[in-house]
Amino acid sequence: MANIATTYDDDVIIKEHGYNDHFHDHHHGDKYQSGFISHYIFSMDHKIIARQFLITGIIWAIIGAAMSVVFRLQLGFPEESLAWLKPVLGKWIVVDLAGVGKLAPEFYYALVTMHGTILVFFVLTAGLSGTFSNLLIPLQLGARDMASPFLNMLSYWFFFMAGIVMFYSLFLSTGPFAGGWTAYPPLSALPQASTGSGTGMTLWLVSLTLFVVSVLLGGINYITTVLNLRTKGMSLWRMPLTIWAFFITAIIGVLSFPVLASGFFMLMMDRGLGTSFFLSEIFIEGQALDRVGGSPVLYQHLFWFLGHPEVYIIILPAMGLVSEVLAVHSRKPIFGYRAMVYSMLAIGFLSFIVWAHHMFMSGVNPFISNFFVVFTLIIAVPSAVKVFNWITTLYGGNIRLNTPMLFSIGFVSMFISGGLTGVFLGNSTIDIQMHDTYFVVAHFHIVMGVAAFFGMFAGIYHWYPKMYSRFMNETLGKIHFWGTIIGAYAIFWPMHFIGMAGVPRRYYSFESFDAFKHFSGMNQFITIAAILVFFVQLIFVINFFYSIWKGKKMTTKNPWGATTLEWTTPIEPIHGNWPGNLPAVHRWAYDYNKDEREFIPQIVPLEEGEVGDH
Amino acid sequence: MTGLIAFLIVGLLAVIVVQIGKVSDLAARIRGEEEVAQQSNDRTAVWCVVFMVVFLVLGTGSMYYFKDVMLGYGPHGSASEHGGWIDGLFHTTLIVTFIVFFITHVLLFWYAYKYRSREGNKAQFISHNNTIELVWTVIPAIVLTFLVVKGLVAWNNIMPDLGPDDEFLEIEATGHQFAWEIRHPGLDGKLGTKDYRLIRPGVNSLGIDWSDDKSVDDFIVQDVIYLPVDTTVRVRITSKDVLHNFYLPHFRVKMDAIPGLPTYFIFKPIKTTEEYRQELRKYPEWNTPYDAEDPESEPRWKMFEYELACAELCGKGHYSMRRVLKIVSKEEYKDWLVGQESTYMTTVRGKDNDPRKGQLLDVEIKERAAELKSDFQNALSSEDAIDKIILLEHVFYDTGSSALSDLSKYELDNLTSIMKANSSVVVELAGHTDSQGEDSSNLSLSKSRAQNVRNYLLNKGLDGNRMIYTGYGETFPLEDNGTDAGREQNRRTELRIVSQ
Repeated sequence: MANIATTYDDDVIIKEHGYNDHFHDHHHGDKYQSGFISHYIFSMDHKIIARQFLITGIIWAIIGAAMSVVFRLQLGFPEESLAWLKPVLGKWIVVDLAGVGKLAPEFYYALVTMHGTILVFFVLTAGLSGTFSNLLIPLQLGARDMASPFLNMLSYWFFFMAGIVMFYSLFLSTGPFAGGWTAYPPLSALPQASTGSGTGMTLWLVSLTLFVVSVLLGGINYITTVLNLRTKGMSLWRMPLTIWAFFITAIIGVLSFPVLASGFFMLMMDRGLGTSFFLSEIFIEGQALDRVGGSPVLYQHLFWFLGHPEVYIIILPAMGLVSEVLAVHSRKPIFGYRAMVYSMLAIGFLSFIVWAHHMFMSGVNPFISNFFVVFTLIIAVPSAVKVFNWITTLYGGNIRLNTPMLFSIGFVSMFISGGLTGVFLGNSTIDIQMHDTYFVVAHFHIVMGVAAFFGMFAGIYHWYPKMYSRFMNETLGKIHFWGTIIGAYAIFWPMHFIGMAGVPRRYYSFESFDAFKHFSGMNQFITIAAILVFFVQLIFVINFFYSIWKGKKMTTKNPWGATTLEWTTPIEPIHGNWPGNLPAVHRWAYDYNKDEREFIPQIVPLEEGEVGDH
Repeated sequence: MTGLIAFLIVGLLAVIVVQIGKVSDLAARIRGEEEVAQQSNDRTAVWCVVFMVVFLVLGTGSMYYFKDVMLGYGPHGSASEHGGWIDGLFHTTLIVTFIVFFITHVLLFWYAYKYRSREGNKAQFISHNNTIELVWTVIPAIVLTFLVVKGLVAWNNIMPDLGPDDEFLEIEATGHQFAWEIRHPGLDGKLGTKDYRLIRPGVNSLGIDWSDDKSVDDFIVQDVIYLPVDTTVRVRITSKDVLHNFYLPHFRVKMDAIPGLPTYFIFKPIKTTEEYRQELRKYPEWNTPYDAEDPESEPRWKMFEYELACAELCGKGHYSMRRVLKIVSKEEYKDWLVGQESTYMTTVRGKDNDPRKGQLLDVEIKERAAELKSDFQNALSSEDAIDKIILLEHVFYDTGSSALSDLSKYELDNLTSIMKANSSVVVELAGHTDSQGEDSSNLSLSKSRAQNVRNYLLNKGLDGNRMIYTGYGETFPLEDNGTDAGREQNRRTELRIVSQ
């Protein structure tokens, strides 16, 4: 489908119209990363750092997904023996006298907690935003690199350290933290409340504090780069939606993660220094604690002040990637570019004033909830606008249904399905019944788990040539897509029913309740689907690593016929991105099929009488 | 070995996956990439439509098939008043969102099919359209406003606290790792205060302040929790250790339990357990055997119980905090309530930790008055001589002395008023002792004790001619003097009706 009628000689255009920043006069750039270590490990090149984030994210995704398979086995097949996992999980598999091995409840909760923490922070924050912000911000803005390549490198290595600490905590004799990814005190504050709340929780806090540092270093860099390093002609309103998404994401992250960090520091003090920020009137293990005056609800406020923006930190980059991929492969401008930007700004702003919708049933004043209901449901308006714009982008297109496009369409489907269930949950009245049931699990997995993954996959398949100068295999990509979309719906669609029936989440077993125990068939179905989806993801992993060395080679600079600047760089990436001048920008990023031309890159000057931006 | 096999299988799968990829690449090269790409695009476009149809059919079909688990549908009705409002809003939201879901999915996949890339086809340059964008901004805004208003009206009816003039029953639920403790306010309808520092496992598990008069008739509900139907119930929700959540799925009740910060939830049960069972009975899935392994077991509807669960992760036993709740008619509830014993009375009264040790409670004074009165009436109406003797159970003396103890005055005051009410009755006051000590000293002790009783009554204004007194010493034991318990029974003061 590479029937691109129009071709452009980028090198000539950039030479004639570009901007000489004298970058290559100094030759400093190529010297410092001449060695293997400085080139591939402690690299300050944004393209290498992007790939480091991505591969680290993939590794964590496999670990996090494997955990979910293990706890799904326990939920779907509680009667079956898990003794065969004993060589891997050791004492966490408790084998009874009949030889039937069960997951220890403590470890079930540890797995659930780690699955959430890993996927939310390590995979969908670092792996998604870290990868594509790093890769695309300099490339699409026409910058040589990030504003501070050194801080950018530190950002990755803080993330790496966070990962090491978390990974180490998996092997503690008391197990990793097991109090849920939200780590609500007092459960997380008191080692006597749960075995995982001892050293496991300490390491969890250390790890995530390092992670906050990583996000802040990255975020400050992204914001600075977008504001200061745009090339000549790249006004804010000419930036591709990807950049807008990363920019808004970074701002949200920089404003909200410090609040989480403050919550973490208070929690650390409650744990280690005897303060009572979150503790009051507790009697545990036969002892009345001398801690009064604190409030566990305060922690929830601090946590969700990050926690809610966090879901937009996860989904906005995916939205940006999908917007770009939809436009490129529909051969059409994104519909309503400005509306898309305003929607993202609105979502970004509103994301800060809706946090307590996670806390309708947490004992906050019910009067306050009124405001949070209103703001929460207002978010549905910009979200709906975005969905309509994506669908309309397809209308009248000339659509290439390749893997990145399929994942983008799948993203829209998931975002609709998961977003609509948010209309139930955002209404505090319905949330009374739905809060902390499987309905919530289904909702957020679809809308910010699967959807964000779809955006990420769309981005990987689309920009893979930019990362490795090769393509990923299309056939395997399509198998991956169909397996994933069918499988993901098979997992999460039934969970809505279980949730509506009232089954609470985070239950190790449903057997003790008459009201909850009649869904074993559905739970088995979900578990089987989860296992299949897990194996389908391995197809992606194999495709990814195989294609790095053996994938189809990229023969032209701009295989998709895209307008944005990253496709004007050489096939083999170089330090500083452009060999000569920096490209100058003359138009917005979405001139597809305009004035009888199939596409017009941003570097092409306006013709006489041509109307530029839209 | 297993590990090796697993490793080999994974390796083999990887090889297969890579080969599939290679084959498709080769085939494309042989047949011409353009052509293969075009065919693949057409095929994928068809798959999009097939997926859309199957997805919408299965999605809608499953909603129909599983309609019985949806809020307010089939047997999944609410057992509380406010639950109906929640179910109604759920229903409205479901209709609205389903329409959006259906239309957007049809368009999304239909456009993907219809506008698939084809030879000679060209995309249209449509960058924006302010009118249509305004329309689809305003319509969701209006629909959401409607849902928000409907939701908030219900919310503000459900959540506000009750005022002092409202009539309600307040119970207290306390979560701990890993069970719920339910405290009932008893007949006074008021829960006593508690303090976590007073908690003593096994003795005072909730830290109830026994010196608070409101605590005296409170009781901790054992086993099944009974509540009356059609009565507003306010649950005071607290926790001893970590967060819990008081969750009654059938009543649409859910609220966190927080140490140090009591919360509440107010609901009104509108269906008794029996009524709910009768509704379930209409559905075939509720007529299957309760125990799937045993076809002879009772049908599910008959075994149905309302359940209390925990809905906030509280540690490794989070999934096991079950209690059964029974909603009964107001009459049945009253019967149950009368049969419950106050926790204070059964576990604290008279013990070392009883703050009212050595004091009588109002209720005890009243009980004693009623008891003595009825004993007296029985004695008057009986013909039998033995029945004319009444044991003054609550008259005591200081040890080894004939001085009346402070608490005896209640019994004697009661006696005074009875004697005044029956002015023709003449009685004998009789002192008895056990067999310990000298016979003669026992005799004189019993005599002086009986005399002291008489003196007390004289001071209260009774006529001395109506009261004779006698000391019997150890001559008329009631029980065996060989045991402590028997001796205690034998040390007593009796009243005998001489004439009436």
